[in-house]
Amino acid sequence: MSTVHLAFTPDPAYVRTVRLVAAAVARRAGVADELLDEVRLAIGEACSRAVALHRRLGLSDPIDVTMTDGGGFTVKVTDRGPAESAREPGETTLDLMAQVAIATGRVPEDEDALAAGVGLALLTGLVSDLAVNETPDGEGTEVRMSWPAGRRLGRAGGNG
Amino acid sequence: MELSLATRTVADHTVVEIGGEIDVYTAPRLRERLIEMVGAGERRVVVDLGRVEFLDSTGLGVLVGAHRRLRAREGSLTLVCPHERLLKIFRITGLDSVFDIYDTVESATSVPR
Repeated sequence: MSTVHLAFTPDPAYVRTVRLVAAAVARRAGVADELLDEVRLAIGEACSRAVALHRRLGLSDPIDVTMTDGGGFTVKVTDRGPAESAREPGETTLDLMAQVAIATGRVPEDEDALAAGVGLALLTGLVSDLAVNETPDGEGTEVRMSWPAGRRLGRAGGNG
Repeated sequence: MELSLATRTVADHTVVEIGGEIDVYTAPRLRERLIEMVGAGERRVVVDLGRVEFLDSTGLGVLVGAHRRLRAREGSLTLVCPHERLLKIFRITGLDSVFDIYDTVESATSVPR
């Protein structure tokens, strides 16, 4: 099993950097090419959500991203926001779908609030293996996503 | 690639051609541009996503906001999106039922009032 771990200042400019790294690591882990766009988008959404949360709470702590490939490609995005921010994503998705479907006139006034709801809808729609949980120390929220992966690099490449 | 924005007029519509990536970092620029356009009196706006490489929820939020602003002024915001990878995002979020989405700028700008 190999791991790539990074931590970044909660600044929107770095979310793209994380997406680029994540796509490269996912490819190396053997995630199928047709899934890479979804992987990139889902990880970007998880990071955007974490950045927005830190900024709203005035937290300068870094956001942690851990990518591992053991049996599959798993990514954990961890923020330091309070536990109540770890809501059940499914409910939010349903709320959003209902709101949006009714009429655009009833979409939340605040574009950021709308984007947050849409972000969770995307996460639940794109990632079949998704979990949002309080961190073990109770001081943050962890979004965990997994995709199937098979190693495409042979042993000739060594362990690196 | 970062965001690029270009505006042109086609058959009484203002077409905003977007290139690059619309995400949490670049979306505020798109929001500003669209707000400026509505403020300047543009009412029939077509957003061309044909050269967009990446679109996230922040970008969708900006598009919905502009759509609402235009509707409130009896205008319209129409999307051009020929890419399945982006159309999928609209379907997953249910936003495909909010926007009128066309394959080409020509078809989007030939819609009768």
